[in-house]
Formats: sequence, structure tokens, C-alpha cells
Amino acid sequence: MAKYLFRILRFNPARDEKPYFQEFSYEASEKDSVLDALRSIRDNLDPTLAFRYSCREAVCGACGMVINGQITLACRTILESLKSQVVVIEPLPNFEIQKDLMVDMTPFWKALREIKPFLHPQPEIPEKGYRIEEKQMERIYQFINCILCGCCYSACPVVARGQGYLGPAALAKLYRFVEDPRDKRSFSSWAKVDRPDGVWACDTVFRCHEVCPKNVRPADGIEGLRRKLVVEKIKRLFKKEP
Amino acid sequence: MVEHDIVIVGGGLAGLSAALNAAPGLDIAVISKVHPLRSHSVAAQGGINAALGNHPEGRDDSWERHAFDTIKGSDYLADQTAAELLCQQAIPMLYELEHLGVPFSRFPGGVIAQRPFGGAGFPRTCYAADRTGLVLLHTLYEQTLSKDVHFYEEWLVTNLVVRDGRCYGLVAYDLQSGEIIPIKARAVIFATGGYGRVYQKSTNALINFGSGIGLAYRAGIPLKDMEFVQFHPTSLYGKNILITEGARGEGGYLINNQGKRFMADYAPSAMELAPRDIVARAIQTEIQKGRGFEGEYVYLDLRHLGKEKIMKRLPGIREICLYFGGLDPIEEPIPIQPAQHYSMGGIDVNEKAASPVEGFYAAGECSCVSVHGANRLGGNSLLEAVVFGKIAGLSASEYVQESQGEDRAARLVNEAAAQLKERINQWLSKESRGNVYQLFHRLKKIMMEKVGIFREKGPLAEALEEIGELRHRYHQLALRSDCLQFYQELVTMMEFEYMLDIAEVITKGALAREETRGSHFRLDFPRRDDQNWLKHTIAEFTPKGPRLTYRPVKITRYQPQERKY
Repeated sequence: MAKYLFRILRFNPARDEKPYFQEFSYEASEKDSVLDALRSIRDNLDPTLAFRYSCREAVCGACGMVINGQITLACRTILESLKSQVVVIEPLPNFEIQKDLMVDMTPFWKALREIKPFLHPQPEIPEKGYRIEEKQMERIYQFINCILCGCCYSACPVVARGQGYLGPAALAKLYRFVEDPRDKRSFSSWAKVDRPDGVWACDTVFRCHEVCPKNVRPADGIEGLRRKLVVEKIKRLFKKEP
Repeated sequence: MVEHDIVIVGGGLAGLSAALNAAPGLDIAVISKVHPLRSHSVAAQGGINAALGNHPEGRDDSWERHAFDTIKGSDYLADQTAAELLCQQAIPMLYELEHLGVPFSRFPGGVIAQRPFGGAGFPRTCYAADRTGLVLLHTLYEQTLSKDVHFYEEWLVTNLVVRDGRCYGLVAYDLQSGEIIPIKARAVIFATGGYGRVYQKSTNALINFGSGIGLAYRAGIPLKDMEFVQFHPTSLYGKNILITEGARGEGGYLINNQGKRFMADYAPSAMELAPRDIVARAIQTEIQKGRGFEGEYVYLDLRHLGKEKIMKRLPGIREICLYFGGLDPIEEPIPIQPAQHYSMGGIDVNEKAASPVEGFYAAGECSCVSVHGANRLGGNSLLEAVVFGKIAGLSASEYVQESQGEDRAARLVNEAAAQLKERINQWLSKESRGNVYQLFHRLKKIMMEKVGIFREKGPLAEALEEIGELRHRYHQLALRSDCLQFYQELVTMMEFEYMLDIAEVITKGALAREETRGSHFRLDFPRRDDQNWLKHTIAEFTPKGPRLTYRPVKITRYQPQERKY
């Protein structure tokens, strides 16, 4: 057990004029996660403290926040790994605060919807299933690890500029489908991202790679989409329309 | 007031499967207390069973063999017609899921890969590495975005409105606005998941309070076989995070402090791949006899599988060990102990996912059809969620299309909402004595210690009494803040009463069942007793506590025999 000082950003838009930091001094086990600590503080010290969580094992994506300056998941951040007795906790940037550490992820979900994140398969289910070699799937495996926690979106400097950029997670998700051997979506249907606030907006500074708690590299997907767009457009240039 | 044809409560696999399969043209809504992708289905790891026969050693597999394994695994408490339906539907369902986009792992030749799992005669568990729940949940959620499904996220359903044997709707607490909302529905489907957090050590998500089961029970819908609680043999010591059965399916060993693969003493032929109830008891026994480590755990050793296999087939397990256990399973064995994992029992429904109340359906872990009986086999829960979720969607659609709405529905749901508001006002006007979290922690401890893996009359009776005391203390509680937006203490206040109900039903059922069957092990009655107990427990709510009755098990072609592995 060790004494920790938690400095937590508080904001209740219904009651507060602006966000402020509140300090909680709390004795916790070094093996506890930041999420464990937040729950203890809520249960014992302040029942109004608001934050999201669910699985507590880094797979549901609910507890993204900023901990000592790092965008990460609270459930997977073990106190002793912080190497500090002071723990500063803030909500994810690039989103509006709903209450305390909870942010409004509506723009993130809207971007996801926009890329039509579902397989467009052939009309009939093939008898006894598809035949796909593991090799063909390997290109998309890293993107399947994505838990849609929003960490990449909140770290992205392009999103921060606020010009309607779809963001890393949605674009990586699009690449996951376009590269899926079962997906039959037409080129024109996904080429909508061929626009300044689509795939071309990415600054390729890879903040998304740095913060992703699941080791996804969204910019790989964005670059993949760019390559596909260029190749497809060149192909079309030389293809004679009937 | 909100109004829809079908309201599905719960956005996990069963709920989304229901939403995707409801009749087009009907007005469908999904209500979930979290964003659907935060549902506990996402944490499932090892796989989903179907007798596809893709594994070289599984060529002779069939749905009948799958049904037999499921029934034997259930210690013959499963309804055999239901288990047969599940296993028959499994095969087309797997192809359907693949067609929706699920990225299953593949075998050379391109077919869906399958691995061995506990209690199964053939390797029939289809998987996507060790993140099968994640890919299933994300795929189904993404598919709902292509359909016209209305989502209410972060709404906690608090009441089910039933009158004269018919369901009229719901009441929910909208966390964001802090308001209480009456909801009119022609049909309601519960897909609210399990109650794992009634136990201190559980692999379940922190949100799994099981309040859906409790509020159905309070609305007069019976619960079935609630005393059957699955403890998963292998949860990471300290955090109780699930370490998939797939780790043993891929060849992992269980080792005690003498370096021995002790499963040889408990299940000499199946070894580590005996069903979960047997392996969990074996581990607990080793620990209690002093053959564990620090009196708390044994080892799950994966080292001999080699780096390549671990990285390819169990990457998520490695990640969990690295981050939450501070060890690398390629180099070190994993300290594990049993923890609550799954609720075999639940809301009493039939093979059409229909309850005795008209217009009310349930599917997935919150329900009990029953396909798992006294012990569920690994890989059958994802399967049950998607298969019976679909059936619930179809059944509810049929009901809505063939029935008439009733004028009094609006009045009834409004009345229920007004009652809840009144209750919250009382909580706000009282002085607080203690807090709900203290009672919650106490309840979890009682259940773990007295209604756990090994049970006995004395402790069970004590637990029942202590639950009663907690209920008394619960009635003295009040809320400590009057700001109702995103108020998690209010959520816990409302859910905790249902947790008390669930704990009471589990304990009373366990006390009454004087035999040992599957996950229900009575130290004072250590044998299965088909003469007296080959029957389902049915618990109905009364103000004085649950009333227990019993119902025969449906047996088709598999006569109960001794269960040896």
C-alpha cells in the first residue's frame, strides 16, 4: 500500500462554469489500476465522480482517459507503472466533456457510421462457407484488434483542427473491410474518402500509433487506402469505357 | 414517452442477434446501460462451437455428437430438445456469421479453423485467435448500423411493466439527462447478460450486476435453475481476468506445487480438457490440500507450446499476462485460480425464447432455455447467444405481427415511471445511513464464501440469513447527491435490490437441492440423485421470498449415465 494524490478534472456542465481539478488523497495498492483507484474514490469519498468503464481487461474500450499526460486506458494503467505518487487524470481531448471524465463520443461514432463499417458480401451464403487462406486475412488482422476506444481520435492533431476529419479509427476500419477478400463494395462507394478531409487529411505524424492500447497502427490503413485509391485511379485512366 | 414495436434490452451478442433478425418493417429499439460495444460479450475469448468437421481429427463430428457432449456436460439437466436445437442450428449459424463478416481464423485450404475444448469429443470450437467475442460483437454491431435499429445508449432499464400475464413496456433511467422515461413496447426481449458481480471473484465485466434477471423476477416471471453457477477454472490470480480454455485446448498444462499435472487424479482421460466444473473443483481441491502456491493458486503452463504458437493463437492471453500479471507466458507459467464465470440459470423461457408472460422474451446468459443444464461447456455460450437471440427476434416479431396493441399500455408504463420517480424522491429526502457500495462488497463476499464452488447446508443457511440482513440495511439507504445526471450511485442503488433477489434465489435453490450435479457441489450430498433431483428448479417471486417448484427435464435419446472423463 502507498499513499497517492489523485488530481482529477471535474466538470458538471449543469452546475459548474468551468472545469477544475479536485484532489483526493488515497491509500491504494501499487498493483491496483487507475480504474480500481477511481472506483474506490467514488465508492468511499465522492459518489458523484463520473467515469466510464466495463470490462476492466482492456478489451471493451470504455475507459480511455488522460493519465499523467498519457492518453490510455485506465483499467490497464497499473499505479506502480506510473512511477509517481501524484496521479493527474483528465478526460480524453478532442471531445466535449459530458461530466468529469466522461466525454461525448458522438462525432467518433458518426465518422464510423459514415464509412459503412460492415461487410458487403455476395448475395448468397456459400455452401459450407468461404474458402479464405489465413495469408489473405493477415493484412487486416491488426485492425481487427481495434476496440473503438477513441484514444487515437483524441490524440490526432488533424481531428484537433476541427475540420470534420473522419479520424484514424474510422479510416482504419474502412481499410479493414476494403481489404477483406469477402467484401464486394464498389470502388465508387468507398472512394468518397478521396477528399481533403478524408484520407488525404492525415499528417502522418503517427500520434495514433503511439497511443493505441491495442498496438493497432491506423496510419497503415490510411496509407493503404491512399495507395489503393491512386492505383485504382490510374487503372481507370487507361481503361476504355465501353 | 418512448414507443417501439420491439424493445430489446441489452446490446451484447444476444440482443444484437435479436435486432438483426427481427422482421423488417417493424420498429426496433435496443436499450443498453452501456454503449453496445462495451457489453461483456466483447470479452469472450476462446470460441464458438459448431460441428463443422474442419479439423483433421473432427471428420466424424456431427451435430448429434455436439448435442450429446452438451447434454453429458450439463450433467443431464439440459432439456434435450433444446440442446439438439442449439447444436443443429450451430452449423448454419456459423456460416451466417462468417457471411456477416466475422474474421474467423482459418485452416490451410481456407476453411474455418477449429480447436479442442473441454468436454467435447471432437475439436469443434471455431475461433478468431483468442478474441472471438470481440470480433463477433463488433461484426454484429456494425451490421446493425446497416439497418434501421434505434439505439438508446446509457439507459438503465429499471422496471418491467407486466399486468395480467402480458408485458406492456418498461421504465428506464436515462443517465445523460437524469430523467426517468416510460417506454411502451408491443414486445420486449431481455438480453441483459449474467450476474457475475454478485460474486467477489468473477471473470465478468464490472457492469454485470444481473439486474435484468432480477427485474424480470420481480415482474412475476419465474427464474430457472439459478443455483447452477459456473466457476471458470483459469482466471488470472489477483485480477481474476479470464484465461481462455483455449489455452488448454492448445495444449496447456495445469501444474501443482509438486510439479505434477494433477488432472491425472481427477479426469485421467480428458486431463486438462475435462468440463469446467470438474477442473475448477480439482484446482480448488489442490489449493485446499496445500498443493497450490501461497495457498491461492496453481500454474497454467504454456511454455512448451513455444513462442510462435502462443503469439499466433493466444496473443490476447499474452497481452493480459504482460499487463495485468507482470509476466510473459512464453517464459513463465501463469498463476491461476477459479472464479465465477457464467450463470447457467436465468429467466425461464422455452425453445422459442418465450416466457410465460405474453410479449416477453429472453435470450443469452440472462435466460435459461435450458441448454446448459448444471454445467455449460466452453464455446456454447456465444453459440447460445446468437442462436437464441435470433430465435427471440423472430418469435417477438411474429407475436407483434399477430397481436393487437392495448389502449391501457400508455397508462401502465406512465404509472410505473411515476412510482419510480416517487421512490427516487424518497431516497433524496432521507438522511443517508451507510452507502450502497459497502453492502455490495459485503454481498459479494458472502456469496463467494458460502455459496461458491463447494456448498454445505450450514453456510448456505447462514448466507440466506445474511442476505436478509443486507436487505434490511438496504432499505435504510439514501442517495448522497441530488444531481441525477450520470449518477452511478443511483444506478447501483437501483440494481442492488435486484442483486439481493438473485443472491437469495441462488442460495435458496442451492440449499434445497440436496444432491451434487454439475457446478452444484454439496459436500453433505456428494452424489447425483436422479431419483429425486433430475428436475429443474423454478423460483417465483413472493413478497416473503422465492417460492420454489420443480419441473421435469425433457429427455429424448440420451439416457442419464455416470459422467466420467
